[in-house]
Amino acid sequence: MLAAVLLGFLFSLFLVFSGTYFRGKLAVLSSLIPLSLFVYFLSYLPEVSNGEVIYQSYEWIPSFGVNLSFTLDGLALLFALMITGVGSLVFLYTSAYLKDHKYLDRFYGYLSLFMAAMLGLVLSDNLMSMFIFWELTSISSFYLIGFNNDKADSRKSALVALGITGIGGLLLLGGAVLLGDVAGTYRISEMLSSREAIADSSSYLLILLLIFGAAFTKSAQFPFHFWLPGAMKAPTPVSTYLHSATMVKAGIYLLFRMTPVLNGGDIWHTILIIVGAVTMLYSAIHIIFRTDLKGILAYSTISALGILVFLIGIGTQAALVAAAVFIVVHALYKASLFLITGIIDHETGTRDITQLAGLRKVLMPVAIAGFIAALISGGVPPTLGFVGKDLIYEATLHYGGSAVLLTVLAILTKILLFYGGFLAGVKPFMGKLPEKYSKLHLPSPLMWVPPLLMTIAGIVFGIFPGLIETAIAKPIAMTQVIDYESFHLKLWHGFNTVLGLSAITITLGLVLYFALKPKHSLETAIAKLDVIAPKTLLLQLSTGFEKFSTLWTNFFQTGYLRHYLSTIVAFLIVLLGFLLFSDFSLNIDFNTLTELTIYELSILTMLLIGVLYTVFTKSRLAAVAALGVVGLSFSLLFLFYSAPDLAMTQFSVDTLTVILFVLVLYKLPKYLNLSDTKIRIKHGVLSISFGVLITLLILRVLGEPKNAEVSEYYAENAYKLAHGKNIVNVILVDFRGIDTMIEISVLIVAALGVFGLLKLRLKTRDKK
Amino acid sequence: MRTLILKSASSYLLPVLLLFSVFILLRGHYLPGGGFVGGLVAAIAFVLDAFSNGLDKTKVVLKVHPGFLMPLGLLIAFLSGITPILFSDLPLMTGLWADDPIPVIGALGSALFFDLGVYLVVIGASLTIIFTISESA
Repeated sequence: MLAAVLLGFLFSLFLVFSGTYFRGKLAVLSSLIPLSLFVYFLSYLPEVSNGEVIYQSYEWIPSFGVNLSFTLDGLALLFALMITGVGSLVFLYTSAYLKDHKYLDRFYGYLSLFMAAMLGLVLSDNLMSMFIFWELTSISSFYLIGFNNDKADSRKSALVALGITGIGGLLLLGGAVLLGDVAGTYRISEMLSSREAIADSSSYLLILLLIFGAAFTKSAQFPFHFWLPGAMKAPTPVSTYLHSATMVKAGIYLLFRMTPVLNGGDIWHTILIIVGAVTMLYSAIHIIFRTDLKGILAYSTISALGILVFLIGIGTQAALVAAAVFIVVHALYKASLFLITGIIDHETGTRDITQLAGLRKVLMPVAIAGFIAALISGGVPPTLGFVGKDLIYEATLHYGGSAVLLTVLAILTKILLFYGGFLAGVKPFMGKLPEKYSKLHLPSPLMWVPPLLMTIAGIVFGIFPGLIETAIAKPIAMTQVIDYESFHLKLWHGFNTVLGLSAITITLGLVLYFALKPKHSLETAIAKLDVIAPKTLLLQLSTGFEKFSTLWTNFFQTGYLRHYLSTIVAFLIVLLGFLLFSDFSLNIDFNTLTELTIYELSILTMLLIGVLYTVFTKSRLAAVAALGVVGLSFSLLFLFYSAPDLAMTQFSVDTLTVILFVLVLYKLPKYLNLSDTKIRIKHGVLSISFGVLITLLILRVLGEPKNAEVSEYYAENAYKLAHGKNIVNVILVDFRGIDTMIEISVLIVAALGVFGLLKLRLKTRDKK
Repeated sequence: MRTLILKSASSYLLPVLLLFSVFILLRGHYLPGGGFVGGLVAAIAFVLDAFSNGLDKTKVVLKVHPGFLMPLGLLIAFLSGITPILFSDLPLMTGLWADDPIPVIGALGSALFFDLGVYLVVIGASLTIIFTISESA
């Protein structure tokens, strides 16, 4: 299975080097990649439908418990088949849709990158590797949305989408770490056994919120839904593949996968049902106000995702089976509708629903596909959509006390989705053909065969629901539902409530379709409400944050070294002062101190004079020289307290420092104006308090009981182990040699920095 | 600053100071000294020479840009660190020692090479910084 996941990555890598050959006629061949994967996964179908779970693991970072473990159970197989199946058709379609596009190879590269990442996501049994693939899908989606990179609009939408799904990815990481911590493993299949421990743990709510956050951002749930309509800036094959059939369902997949692990209490159900219901209804209502075909499809996709979240929230076996079937239904009809929209756009150059009519006369096979897709979407028998819709009503009707409310919500959404489906699949083909479109002709079969195939599959599965039952619904129910009961999918249930509800839905949907015509005036009317839309609010939040960080940066990054130094010192004073004084006791035993010798006294005087001269002199050079005096006095002090090594080093370093200072100061103008008294006092206070604080700190440290174990070890072993009598040097070159190694590397980096900065300036000056 | 006294003194001081820096480097294992101080002393020797004879002349004496000493030193230090892994199957940075002492230098061990690396890096880094700054003046 590793090879199956890696194939897409390898193919996109291969395209980097040989892409030019794939821009022409060979482009069709690239669809062999998803097709072969589709056949590969199909070959697992018999085993998986028997309820077997295929497991393969490859060690990756075993010390962190992160492995490339792949499981293939019913749920994973459903997604894998969808990814590769829709993928094959989209790859085929693209070769005609973007024919002779100069970046066609790049497009295929991104697409196969995405396909591989998505396969990795759904097959991963390890939360960590799942997170990595999750992020990879966001990144490839970013590239694909921004594929028309010369348009500012596309770039912005790509960034918004990356921002939202990227945040979701971080939430997933947080959730995964917490979950791994509680369960003691990152393997989802092993988490099942500790589901009670997870539900009882104190971080259960946090885990739940993090996982929800990840799923809601990825699957465009309210209020994060707005990135999806923006993502429609991508070429249509991308909208088909990523933003309706597969990637946006990653969140659904995550919720599905986590159902057996986290489905522990009321919070799970309540949040999911509320968010799902709000999303499905909110965006279904939005359909009425759209005139762009892709806009209609985007909102109906969000609505469908809402239904899925809603069903997972209900969480009964009936609801989960309904969700699994609806995933297939939605992939079939929504992908077809997107592809059909792409054909219309490609041929007529517009996606404006008010401009399009009568296209059946010129694009007959497309019209057939559109009509069937609309039937599937509306849940008209004998399509699979009908089976799916019945299952949804069945699930809501049996959900305890609020069954009526939930059913009403589901019906309302379904009516609006019916309307949306007919708008996109039927309306452009009905009525009188405008004069300007009469010369159109059918595009290459590569474009119209894929949607037709998908819609026909929708009918076949509808007439024989047993196919879906054994292949998908049962294996999923067996692994994802805890108390599994046997069930059967049927097209015809006899005359019952559900059938009545179905009839109501279809009738009202038809009424809506004939009564309501999409108008531009409606679209402009709703645009006035954009002020309070989540999109505007979140974007304002982000610009506000940007402004705040600019202010913050400008406040601290003044470009003056003295400001940086003052800030750092002041911060240290506050921090150290707080620590010291919150627990301070100074016990110095004055009796143990030795007498002050005449040498020490004279050095102290020298030090003091040096310091005072540095502070009060009016010449820079004199100040540097005086600082040198201070440094040299220190090396004398070291010598008196028997640290010859330190003294030597201090001496040489000080010499070089003074030389450096002189070299730098040499170029500066003479003191033009000294800082005024107020600033001098401020700096004085700052430095004196810092000095006092450090002194107190050192006295405090001296008061602590000594732990001489380390120094004794060094003293004992310096000669024994390292053949050296100078302990300081032995520590430097042997005991702590790696430290020294890193220090000299730092030294080199500093030197290179100085060299680079100054030479760069020299060169620009030379150019002038 | 090009006084006659400093100029004539520096032509003797440079070799003497360099010799002294090597002396400090070598004695480091038993007595105060070592690669770091030795490197600083050598750097000071070159800076002194640059002050009295001019930077260009010092560069001629040095033959290569001092910057090249940095990677060379780092390489020597690194190699002395990994030698135990490569040849004796011992952990990183284990001290290896030759059996018989060599005249003048004394006992030869991998620590000396490590210190030599430090010595070269210190010379390279300080001279690079100082030369670059004085050139941009």
